[in-house]
Amino acid sequence: MTLSRIAPYLQAAPLTLILAAFLVLPIATIVMVSFWDYDSIQIFPDFVFTNYEETITSPVTWRTYLNTLKYTVIVWAVTLLVGFWVAYYLAFHIRSATMQMVLFLVCTIPFLTSNIIRMISWIPFLGRNGLLNQSLMTMGLIDQPLEFLLFSDFAVVLAMVHLYTLFMVTPIFNTLMRIDRALIEAARDAGASAFQILTNVIIPLAKPGIAIGSIFVVTLVMGDFITVRFMSGGQSASVGLMMANQIALLQYPAAAANAVILLVLVLLLVAAILRIVNIRKEL
Amino acid sequence: MSKKTTDRTGASGAKGVSRRGLLKGAAALGGLAVGGQAVTGFPTVWAQNPITLRQFGTGVSNLNAIAEKCKADLGITLQMTALDSDAVSQRVVTQANSFDIADIEYWICKKVFAAGTLQPMDVAKIKYYDQIVPIFTTGKLTPESKIAQGTAPNTVSFVDGPDSKKFAPAPTQWMTLIPTIYNADTLGIRPDLVGRPIKNWKDILDPAFKGKTSILNIPSIGIMDAAMICESAGIVKYADKGNMTKAEIDITIDFLIKTKQAGQFRAFWKTFDESVNLMASGEVVIQSMWSPAVAAVRSKGIPCVYQPLEEGYRAWGGGLGIAKHLKGAQLDAAYEYINWYLSGWVGAYLNRQGYYSAVLSTAEKNMTPDEWAFWMLGQPAKTDILSPEGKVMYTAGAVRDGGSFKERMGAVACWNSVMDEDRYMVRRWNEFIAA
Repeated sequence: MTLSRIAPYLQAAPLTLILAAFLVLPIATIVMVSFWDYDSIQIFPDFVFTNYEETITSPVTWRTYLNTLKYTVIVWAVTLLVGFWVAYYLAFHIRSATMQMVLFLVCTIPFLTSNIIRMISWIPFLGRNGLLNQSLMTMGLIDQPLEFLLFSDFAVVLAMVHLYTLFMVTPIFNTLMRIDRALIEAARDAGASAFQILTNVIIPLAKPGIAIGSIFVVTLVMGDFITVRFMSGGQSASVGLMMANQIALLQYPAAAANAVILLVLVLLLVAAILRIVNIRKEL
Repeated sequence: MSKKTTDRTGASGAKGVSRRGLLKGAAALGGLAVGGQAVTGFPTVWAQNPITLRQFGTGVSNLNAIAEKCKADLGITLQMTALDSDAVSQRVVTQANSFDIADIEYWICKKVFAAGTLQPMDVAKIKYYDQIVPIFTTGKLTPESKIAQGTAPNTVSFVDGPDSKKFAPAPTQWMTLIPTIYNADTLGIRPDLVGRPIKNWKDILDPAFKGKTSILNIPSIGIMDAAMICESAGIVKYADKGNMTKAEIDITIDFLIKTKQAGQFRAFWKTFDESVNLMASGEVVIQSMWSPAVAAVRSKGIPCVYQPLEEGYRAWGGGLGIAKHLKGAQLDAAYEYINWYLSGWVGAYLNRQGYYSAVLSTAEKNMTPDEWAFWMLGQPAKTDILSPEGKVMYTAGAVRDGGSFKERMGAVACWNSVMDEDRYMVRRWNEFIAA
């Protein structure tokens, strides 16, 4: 039957078309433009490597990429710690399924507002004359406002952790819920301590969730530009911000080259994560 | 984010009608009626045969009130689009048919006029040409004044002929832009927090203000503020701040990097509201600022002064240019719109916001003597000074920062500009931000 042979293709067609139109085509365009030439107001079709050369040979690029990686590593570590903790509590310490769902929904409440609002609301809180500094000073804990709280790396990491922790909680919570409780009982019967159960049973079984959460956080932080700009007061650079600057100056080919490099880097990171953990096993 | 684009339509008379139909109708009836019941002294011909002009430009002068008044006085519908300066330059060059009137800054004009998408205007058709402030024609505010550095408007105001793309050194019959709005910028300070008189640009480097200063992170403007600071501090003496050599750019940026790493700056701002918040919250006490931002801080009841400095001001100015493709009735309408723009109502509106308008004599007639004395002559206000929307901006007795028009525009040290080494400057600027 011809129809039965075509059927799988027809079933796959909608997704293929959507991905082709909204993923492959834009990326192909970006790759193409990254080889074009430009002056201060126009871009011309061409095939030059200057955009890549200028990007890769500039020490600013390296410093910016290192800075972005620094944010990524710190934010990943903190969100993993906090996310795992919250998910563990929800999965193992809350007994009733209803309560678990209620508390999980509570975690998502901040996400009912826009992430720009959530980020900007830190600014009056952390500022020199902000709530935190004023409270600390009234309590007599400090005499000088703490300047490092705002427009600093601290502020950037804090805002990112706030914005992205839920992306860690959700997949980890999901895998923890699937762990067969009998395994934990068996471990306990075999004489394992609580810590041994955690490291030998729970964490290995939670790896796929950790990997998925890590992919979310790493890609989000690597591509971020608005958090870095607002929370560092424009004093720090990130790759996304560098691209935004280039676009504002109409240097589209340079921004495209940067985007391609960032894409390759993020794909490598994701590949490394997938190499360590086989997420398909659990899905 | 600064990349926000808004489309504003002043009056929506002819929105659904196709452009082609509009043009045809306009051409057919164009010569028919002149005069009519001219309430405001302008022919009402456009009211009968609606013409739409698409104007785009930077936010400052794209004001809804102007579009509404224009519709009421002339019957011309203005469709205004506000963009940031980078998007404006790009659009003038690459989408020549997407606009009829370009409201651009003089330094953008220097960059884009050569692309040939704008047509110079015949000054014989500009009714108030003789009364335009001489900064835009001869370059000299008074016969004795010196022309400031940077892209001084007079250097890009004229071309040799109707089809020329080459700027003429002296006034000719063909003008590239009709000036609309201009001002002199300086540093804003919090007088209650600086604790000492501020006199020079270099005062922003005072160790007492460590971690309490900011400059703006828009490379083409930020570099000029940086240049004013460096020259004031004696770091370097520029041949032309508006057109630095590579070596001068290097010295300036290296100095900025050193200052940044020493922790002198609290933040860099990119948008108007960021600068207002930095100042209002007390995060910074001295920074680059634009005059409406100072007014915004003050309107919160927080003291803020637009401090005049010994080295002078960094000035900027914009004007209206006509797209190359305009002809016939639409071109006539464009000229009529520009003549109306200079005829006083708009000028008064802009002056009341603290900017300056191109033809002062007509604006004066549209302002009260007290308003004129306050804004233009630098005298203490006799009554409360209201914004164009009717909000109290200054109470009786207040004096404008920097004083009179002559004192402020007479002390311009340099104009916003575009440098020959633009691309190099931007690259180094990004290095400064990433450092």
